[in-house]
Amino acid sequence: MEHTLTSRAPVADLPRPEKNYLNATTGIWSWMTTVDHKRIGVMYLVGVLSAFFIGGVFALLVRLSLLSPTHTLFGKQWITAEMYNRLFTLHGAVMVFLFIIPSVPASLANFVLPLMLGAKDVAFPRLNLASFYLWVIGAVMAVTSMITGAVDTGWTFYTPYSTTTEGSVTLMIMAVFVLGFSSIFTGINFVATTHKLRAPGMGWFDLPLFIWGIYATAIIQVLATPVLGITLALLAMERVFNIGIFDPKIGGDPVLFQHFFWFYSHPAVYIMILPGMAIISELIPTFSKKTMFGYRAVAYSSVSLALLSFIVWGHHMFVAGQSQLATVVFSALTFLVAIPSGVKMFNWLGTMYKGNISLETPMCYAISFLLLFAIGGLTGIFLGALSVDIHLTDTYFVVAHFHYVMMGGTVIAFFGGVHYWWPKITGRMYNENWGRFACALIFIGFNVTFLTQFVMGSLGMPRRYFNYLPIYHPYHVVSTIGSWIIGLGFATMAAYLLASLRKPMDAPDNPWGGTTLEWTTSSPPTEHNFEDQPVLQKAPYDYRPEPVAK
Amino acid sequence: MSTHTAHTHEDGAGVYVKTLVALLILTLITVAASYVDFGSGNVVIALFIATVKASIVALFFMHLRHEKPVNSIIALAGFLFLGIFLMFCFMDQDTRKDPKPYNMPPPALNLPPGVTAPPAGAPPAAAPAEKH
Amino acid sequence: MSTSTIDLHDSHGPHGHGHADDPHHQHHFTNMQQQFDTSKIGMWLFLATEVLLFGGLFVGFGLMQNRYPQEFIEAHEHLQRPLGALNTVVLLISSFTMVMAVLSAKHSDKKKVVMYLILTILCACIFLGVKYFEYSHKFEEHLLPPRWYHAQPGDTVRDVAGNVSHGYGTFFAFYFMMTGLHGIHILVGIILLSWITVRAHRGEFSKAYYTPVDLIGLYWHLVDLIWIYLFPLYYLIK
Repeated sequence: MEHTLTSRAPVADLPRPEKNYLNATTGIWSWMTTVDHKRIGVMYLVGVLSAFFIGGVFALLVRLSLLSPTHTLFGKQWITAEMYNRLFTLHGAVMVFLFIIPSVPASLANFVLPLMLGAKDVAFPRLNLASFYLWVIGAVMAVTSMITGAVDTGWTFYTPYSTTTEGSVTLMIMAVFVLGFSSIFTGINFVATTHKLRAPGMGWFDLPLFIWGIYATAIIQVLATPVLGITLALLAMERVFNIGIFDPKIGGDPVLFQHFFWFYSHPAVYIMILPGMAIISELIPTFSKKTMFGYRAVAYSSVSLALLSFIVWGHHMFVAGQSQLATVVFSALTFLVAIPSGVKMFNWLGTMYKGNISLETPMCYAISFLLLFAIGGLTGIFLGALSVDIHLTDTYFVVAHFHYVMMGGTVIAFFGGVHYWWPKITGRMYNENWGRFACALIFIGFNVTFLTQFVMGSLGMPRRYFNYLPIYHPYHVVSTIGSWIIGLGFATMAAYLLASLRKPMDAPDNPWGGTTLEWTTSSPPTEHNFEDQPVLQKAPYDYRPEPVAK
Repeated sequence: MSTHTAHTHEDGAGVYVKTLVALLILTLITVAASYVDFGSGNVVIALFIATVKASIVALFFMHLRHEKPVNSIIALAGFLFLGIFLMFCFMDQDTRKDPKPYNMPPPALNLPPGVTAPPAGAPPAAAPAEKH
Repeated sequence: MSTSTIDLHDSHGPHGHGHADDPHHQHHFTNMQQQFDTSKIGMWLFLATEVLLFGGLFVGFGLMQNRYPQEFIEAHEHLQRPLGALNTVVLLISSFTMVMAVLSAKHSDKKKVVMYLILTILCACIFLGVKYFEYSHKFEEHLLPPRWYHAQPGDTVRDVAGNVSHGYGTFFAFYFMMTGLHGIHILVGIILLSWITVRAHRGEFSKAYYTPVDLIGLYWHLVDLIWIYLFPLYYLIK
């Protein structure tokens, strides 16, 4: 099969196979017992998008609560402080543990990674299915906890409040514990797959950068998540048996809890951003029709980001009661960890420079990422400076910072990836005009919501507060309106994506002119991905035209 | 297709017996050493011997010395990052200036009227944690 | 972009296998060697997660010991060193019998595989038996987490009212958590070992395929490794 890249028009495909992975076997049981990474990826996609919807509803409710300082809507008080605490806690917990951590790795990477490697499946397909079921169990436990008393501790479960408050804290903790193992299994699978199931001829530096990013993520998943597990187990023990480790009334150390918690949760935010960056590293070369600038730099920066992420967790604890020496050390290391991210930004820009840029929806998301992640990342540096952090910690400045990196970064990249691989996964193209419109809505809504919060935070508005001084009222109003624009954007996206599913399966094999192996399969791929083992003959992102003479 | 050709050197039962004997001897040493007080050296010696035993189990019983390096790197990475966790937490705890003991409420002093309490020493009552 | 493909009819086709293949060969692997190596990597990755899981408890123990040095020294006197040493020896022997089981599987010696696996299970049961004695002793003497801890004669760290420091109870809380989690891993190990003993008895393992024995062996050695660190920290260090 040879493709010539003289135009961006989809090239002539081989005849569409009768059976693809979606219809190869039928019936719900075939889906529930599948070990096909593509089906598991699709099930995960449905799951994480549902979680995103639930978390998003909570977010809209949080913003609605803050619309007026008297918490009235049409003259009626509709929310209490206790309810508000639960809303922001559940928004955080659902978004972090049910949506964003599994989002790219478990759904998109599950689907794409083996295809990109030229493999027929991941290393451990049954472990993959087990990972999905653990996610489902964790999700059910979390939802049950919400119904049976919910949680009001913040998603960080700080002690001693979390060890003494009422509510279904223990159940939620156990749900997160189960979700952690889901994440670990995914990580184990991807490390093993990347090491052992590469196509012949595909050395480490022939890998698409998406793989490097997912591999680095998987390393973090394997090494960091177990510590979350033990942290939650210890928290549950403290709550149920009063073992005296975290609760100061019985001789414990609440700062110790924070050390335990953030040792996982800081690397966790790199579990969130690295896959997003991995997607961007695919989108930018493809839609600039230019090879990646500084391939090795980006590859090395992915792994170094993963490793460096483990030594900066104390920057979440500058005012918690750590020693002065610890705060200084963590602050210095935090500045170090910003460097690999910066390397990637410049390499992406270098790739776009003098490229043949086309602004399809995935590229709109990629460019949005560059702008929003730049802001998010830079504001992280502000927070890493000790003296500045004393003023800004626990204000809306922090809230804005992490929403810029997590939402403006990962979520934007995730949906860019969803659009990019939509034709491959579903066999249909979505409507480009609606795609770009929704992207614009989300971009505008996002900035309206969160840029405001930077200002509000630096003026002193604390986070997680139900009541606020009247001076902050206008900012809250603007921010809440922004949240409605975001909601509208995602509602639009859901509408046209679902509408695309009613069309016949007529997407081309390679609509974007991508150079990685997944684009050599049919859209959607057959059950076993490749009939024969593909052998790599060309580096990824090689957009040089084929030699004319043959 | 023949399998497991990677194992060009294979350990036999003899190697395993010797390994067990070495481990049992080291156990004997570490137990004996625990009856002697080396002061602050107690922890170091005990953990050092434990690490030697662990390395022997890993290299011989778990075949790491014959396997591809990737497995050893994975094993070491686990211990390395654990060490980082331990090191930074200790660095923090050891350089804090909290009063000790942490857990004792101030003693109830039944002072006769007119007598003032003695200075310092008494730790504050269970300090409320930082709210975040 | 061009890729060429190589025909690997020897190893696989779309369904089924091109040649008389090992029934354990999974279709997404090119050959059994690749499958075996990959399984090994997967198991080592899992072991790394276990190191960090238990390691978290070790870190917690270390930091609490730093916080309550006197209490931890006095509390540990209640642990019975000979029993701990016995358990250490038992586990080391079980590691030996485990690796001998793997060796026997490599040599396709079915009888020896079963024998060594049963010996390993036996050692594991002895370990749990000793632990049962130790736990009963703790419960009798109320050497338990702070909520249920009873002051012992040797406890010197007290307040004016005579209440003992929380540190004693915390020591035993960690003792039960760490030996308990370790014990659960031993129990799981016994179940896994029983399962492969049955499979070995059925003749499933040979030079061509002994992956489960090897992998469960690795798990078992890790359980031994954890105890190698647990034992000195709890029983020996003053």
